[in-house]
Amino acid sequence: MKKRSLKMALAGVAVMSLIAGACGGSDDAATEDTTATAETTAPAAECVTPTPVKLQLQWFTQAQFAGYYAAQDQGFYTEQCLDVTILEGAVDISPQTVLANGEADFAISWVSKALASREGGADIVNIAQVFQRSGTLQVSFKDKNIMTSADFKGKNIGNWGYGNEFEIFAALTAAGLDPAKDVTLVQQQFDMAGLLSGDIDAAEAMTYNEYAQVLEAVNPKTKALYTAEDFNVVSYEDEGVGMLQDAIWADGKRLSDAAYVDTATKFVAASLQGWAFCRDNTSACRDIVVSKGSKLGASHQLWQMNEVNKLIWPAEGGAGMIDAAAWDRTVSLSQSAKNLEGGTVLTKAPDAGAYTNDIVTAALALLSANGVDNTGSGYMPETVVLTEGGN
Amino acid sequence: MKFVRRIAYRTFMFLLTLVLLVGIWELYKKVGPQDGGMLFGARVLPRANDTAMPHVSTMFSRYGRPEVRGSDKEIWQVVLSGAWFSLRLSLVGFFLGTTVGIGLAVLMARFTTVRRGLLPYLVMSQTVPLIALAPLVVSWGGKLEIGSFVWPRWLSASILGTFLAFFPVAVGTLRGLTSSPLAAVELMSSYAASWRQTLFKLRFPAAVPFMVPALKLGASGAVVGVVVAEISTGLKGGIGRLIIEYAREATGDPAKVFTAVFGAAALGLTMSGLVAFFDLYLMRNRPRETST
Repeated sequence: MKKRSLKMALAGVAVMSLIAGACGGSDDAATEDTTATAETTAPAAECVTPTPVKLQLQWFTQAQFAGYYAAQDQGFYTEQCLDVTILEGAVDISPQTVLANGEADFAISWVSKALASREGGADIVNIAQVFQRSGTLQVSFKDKNIMTSADFKGKNIGNWGYGNEFEIFAALTAAGLDPAKDVTLVQQQFDMAGLLSGDIDAAEAMTYNEYAQVLEAVNPKTKALYTAEDFNVVSYEDEGVGMLQDAIWADGKRLSDAAYVDTATKFVAASLQGWAFCRDNTSACRDIVVSKGSKLGASHQLWQMNEVNKLIWPAEGGAGMIDAAAWDRTVSLSQSAKNLEGGTVLTKAPDAGAYTNDIVTAALALLSANGVDNTGSGYMPETVVLTEGGN
Repeated sequence: MKFVRRIAYRTFMFLLTLVLLVGIWELYKKVGPQDGGMLFGARVLPRANDTAMPHVSTMFSRYGRPEVRGSDKEIWQVVLSGAWFSLRLSLVGFFLGTTVGIGLAVLMARFTTVRRGLLPYLVMSQTVPLIALAPLVVSWGGKLEIGSFVWPRWLSASILGTFLAFFPVAVGTLRGLTSSPLAAVELMSSYAASWRQTLFKLRFPAAVPFMVPALKLGASGAVVGVVVAEISTGLKGGIGRLIIEYAREATGDPAKVFTAVFGAAALGLTMSGLVAFFDLYLMRNRPRETST
């Protein structure tokens, strides 16, 4: 009996050590993985084995990321000898963290959020500012009379949190309002039901997504869809507190590696080519996004594609160029806008290494050589008609 | 014959409850305040309008319409394939959770020191919020490579199912293993039965009535873990992902999200149904006792 119990105990210990061994092994595997990716970077000239590239998005597949999907679908990445895997975002996925941990080679993130991560120690660098303008709105019904951010006083202001609320704080600070006393901030769901039911006076909305959702909903009084005439819209871009949004971020630690810089240049070039394709072929890009498994309806996606194009084009300095003035505005707003606790997004200005135009400049040169129009100076937005439910 | 009648009775009761629930829902929709009831500035009665509470008929007719315009798949097909995907992940999670749970329970039943040392940590483990754990597990999993085995993303979701499933199984099994009457244990030792013989011939059979409810809890826990992990990490293909994607469209198409929620509920029922069948099988030779 004694012997058997000893045997059992030994078996138990063996199992435990196996588990411990398996857990310990993960660290080594991670380091090997990173070096392997760096070493397999192919030479520029001929394409024998395409360089594997992982791109982490901020959210699920939708037209907000159409340019990357188009570049993949139209073979622009393949032409640059890249094998790009696009990783979707989710509720609890932070692209900055994924990039800094080396699980992706590039990530899409808003500038203010990414700079907050950078201040927190994540070595990530903005290499291309895809969206040149901010697409954030605060939408309210006409009868609430909210024409500017100064009218937020005493109202229920919806916001999503997770770093999507910085422009609201910037607007409140600019209007001389205290976010803790002068307004009631309400946590907003992913849908716009709070606005339609009256729980929220002014709801946060992206031009390309949530604003379309309210225009796809049926007004119970008229039994027809709501129209733009039913709402007042405060645009943070027009209010002068717009912050830079979707940008391509690279791993700062690897930017000293010439092969990684080469990959980054090709990646940015092909991505911008994808965006130029979507500018000229909105419905084709809508179809690409839908075919990649987006669950949003077709008219919603077309609306989104059109609105996203407006944020990118025309790009006076060339698509993806980081405009120093817009950058400085984002940085100074991030340092001055007070949140509920009186804190700010950034405590100090980021160092000069937080962004570089070198890669996008080289990428634009590649594109010009290929005859791609990368300023879109003649760009004209379309008019998209939304249907019920976005279907 | 008795068995068949019992099943028929249960099915009848289940359907009756369902009809009652639908009736209550529709009744509230008819008499409840369209804009909810407020008491001292707090909402005490939910809104009864079509956005907040779509008609049951709207929800079910939504199953028969295409997911999005121009899509050749109707919602029921999408929800069914999503539920099938999540069911497989839940089964993997449940299997791993049961294995780990029973293993831990045997260890704890055998060694009092292990029980004293481990049990508080098991309880503590269940207080870690799943949404905090989900991105971490995905991140660790993404770095794991053992030989030619590459950690698939879905396995991270299964592991979170395991995380919720193992706890009730471990605690329930432990309780069951230590529940044998002292006289029976002493009888076994008078036969000079080894610990292992006692375990398999006495303790495990005696533990079954404790294990079955624990396994049912574990089964639904595995489903919750998988669905939350899908929502949290955006894993494509399952019912959790459908819930969050459809929830975003609740403004214009409020019935859509309910189709996926019902899918998740059916998934949980399927899992506990599997355990119930397992129970019937295990108890087939047991004399029926009248419980006090």
